[in-house]
Amino acid sequence: MIPELGHFALIVALLLAITQSILPLYGAQKGNVILMSVARPAAQGQFVFVAIAFGCLAYSFLTNDFSVENVARNSFSQLPKVYRFTATWGSHEGSMLLWALILAVWTTAVSVFSRHLPDDMVARVIGIMGLVSTGFLTFLLTTSNPFLRLLPAAAEGRDLNPLLQDPGMVIHPPMLYMGYVGFSVAFAFAIAALLSGRMDAAWARWSRPWTTVAWAFLSFGIALGSWWAYNELGWGGWWFWDPTENASFMPWLAGTALIHSLAVTEKRGAFKAWTVLLAITAFSLSLLGTFLVRSGVLSSVHAFATDPARGAFILSFLVVVIGGSLALFAWRAPKMLTGGRFNWFSREALLLSNNVVLLAALGSVLLGTLYPLLMDALGMGKISVGPPYFNAVFVPVMVPALFLMGIGPLTRWKGDSLPDMAARLKWALAVSVATGFLLPMTLKGFNPWATLGIALAVWIALSVLIGFRERLMHTQGGLLRRLGNLPRGFWGMQLAHFGIALGVAGITLVANYQTERDVRMNVGDHTELAGYTFTFQGTTEHPGPNYRAARGTIEVSRGGAKLFDLHPEKRIYNAAGMPMTEAAINYSFTRDVYVALGEPLDDNATTWVVRIFHKPFINWIWIGALFLAVGGFMAASDRRYRIAVKAIAPANAAVQGA
Amino acid sequence: MKRWLPLIVFAVLVGFFAKGLFLNPREVPSPFIGKAAPAFTLPLVGAADKNFSPADMKGKVWLLNVWAPWCVSCRQEHPVLMQIAQDGRVPIVGLNWKDKDREADALLNKAGSPYTSVPDDLSGMVGIDYGVTGTPETYVIDQSGIIRMKHVGPIDPDVWKDKIEPKLKELGA
Repeated sequence: MIPELGHFALIVALLLAITQSILPLYGAQKGNVILMSVARPAAQGQFVFVAIAFGCLAYSFLTNDFSVENVARNSFSQLPKVYRFTATWGSHEGSMLLWALILAVWTTAVSVFSRHLPDDMVARVIGIMGLVSTGFLTFLLTTSNPFLRLLPAAAEGRDLNPLLQDPGMVIHPPMLYMGYVGFSVAFAFAIAALLSGRMDAAWARWSRPWTTVAWAFLSFGIALGSWWAYNELGWGGWWFWDPTENASFMPWLAGTALIHSLAVTEKRGAFKAWTVLLAITAFSLSLLGTFLVRSGVLSSVHAFATDPARGAFILSFLVVVIGGSLALFAWRAPKMLTGGRFNWFSREALLLSNNVVLLAALGSVLLGTLYPLLMDALGMGKISVGPPYFNAVFVPVMVPALFLMGIGPLTRWKGDSLPDMAARLKWALAVSVATGFLLPMTLKGFNPWATLGIALAVWIALSVLIGFRERLMHTQGGLLRRLGNLPRGFWGMQLAHFGIALGVAGITLVANYQTERDVRMNVGDHTELAGYTFTFQGTTEHPGPNYRAARGTIEVSRGGAKLFDLHPEKRIYNAAGMPMTEAAINYSFTRDVYVALGEPLDDNATTWVVRIFHKPFINWIWIGALFLAVGGFMAASDRRYRIAVKAIAPANAAVQGA
Repeated sequence: MKRWLPLIVFAVLVGFFAKGLFLNPREVPSPFIGKAAPAFTLPLVGAADKNFSPADMKGKVWLLNVWAPWCVSCRQEHPVLMQIAQDGRVPIVGLNWKDKDREADALLNKAGSPYTSVPDDLSGMVGIDYGVTGTPETYVIDQSGIIRMKHVGPIDPDVWKDKIEPKLKELGA
């Protein structure tokens, strides 16, 4: 009964989504206030029904209702409760339902926090989000219905993929989708602006906080995914450049370009067409990511049972949404007037170069991700593109971006003086270059990559400090008060930039100074790595709720003094008989000690292949990402978005009244 | 013109995606095609005193089907193989791959065997020699023992009709 209720709620949600798109969009075009006013209640109603559907599916998972095919395929009676809940989005169908739910959450948020916007803008934005939702709900109901029954019911479920049974997986997909789907708001604002022909600074100001929040969620979601891969895959890596990761990274790059370009459009009225195009691009890449991951075009998740109907549906949907908006863009672009003029050395110019570099990076990732598909489609053979390509292409492209990041925020709008800037930054430059050269020397001798990475990280961090110093120079009062008085937009930007500095430092140090060792260890054997001594004390059997584990004990000591024990596990999951590696990690601010069990080499499991890593400063990567997310949320909560609201509202009322 | 550029780039990409939908990224061309089938000698399932070796099939076009009792998609292709065997179209040798639980004999007795012989590759070493990436996989081997085709995944009636049967005709079987 409950699954049927969910199915029914999904159908009602689809009908509401259709209403939510057609009536307000038509009303906005005709200036019909009554039709436009349908937008908010329809959006909120749609949210209620998608939430009911999601609740019904979650209920079926929590109660182990194996008469629902999706539950039987992706859950298991012994699965712990928290994973039974997260299994709700562990399957294709469930994750698409989560997509629809989060889209409804964003739409509802827009309907609530848009009291100050002109009616036709709200109607268009919500209407466009309704169109996107219509597409996704149709997709769910026609090709990916999570509520299909399995009669007679299965006696037992096939279990959730053990890789997904990890705390990181509990919040990673919702966070990632909050980011992906959040770009739909920026997209809807851009399309609404194209439709109405009103491309002014107000439009950029409205869509900016939404974009920043979505970007912050995406940053956090990607970091969680990387953290999960690091903990769960047992290879010690944190980024593999695989198509799924790239699918989330590309919208992030486009979104990063977008939040910078929006800054120019808001403050200076320039780059309008460019900003609109970026908003379309960011959301298009979110959809593309969904297509690539869900259709099996790149790496077929469903082995030999790819379902071309799903791929064909998503592709047609992409054609309508992306193709339609790019055509609208091409048609309307000439109407967009260029904004204020600026000098070649100005904040605008630097932000423009930031955009060019980010898009070049995006292009290189896109090319690498799609290249195997392009070659295959052209009949030029099967190839795969791996980390060597991405590292060789992506890293050099990002170097100028990171360098300019140190200058951009200190540069004035319209035009600045290069000699002045050189004088302001000469010490920062000297210190960062010196650190870049000296630090590697004290470690393992000269290393050009380490020098470059460290110098750039220090450079950005110093630029953040200079930014604060220059802002505080002409203010009065106690330091804390003065810091507190700085606008949150400024704080957000500086925190995010500082996060990048931390991330660059972490990546550089772990990439150049990590050490690892694969050793065959018998009980009592010991081995050394990075000054630590690892002693293997054997394995014991540990039954888990839905798996059996061989849990190893490895004592880690230094200079004869015992530091801590690590307990890596090798698990066999009961339902699928699938083996899983559970790494044991001792975290600290400056290094991780990481141990994973490989394979047992004899029948009574006394000799194992043990993989040991020493990873200096790897946590800085995720701490940096956390700074990005916090910075994003902070910037989005800036006071001026709330104040501007009141200033703009009457002005627009006046325009409409006239 | 410039403003149409994004749309044009997107249109080209869509063309590739549409094509890509009908390709299987898992299907990797086998480097063994056109090469001699690696030699081996393995005992037969159900008759451990007898052996099978590819040399036994000299002069015939035959299929080497790599399967396992624990493999779900092998069960999917089982009726198709049974039909082929009944039609007497081509001899099928079923390499029983990594059957650690020793279930193959009982299973074939119960469900029926489409195979002319079932060599028992318990250790999986022969599978490695043939570059098996997963079950089921099927090799078409010609009269002189050269591998002519490899199909990854279960054989369904379409695969049989569009891919394997034409190849057999070409080889004169």
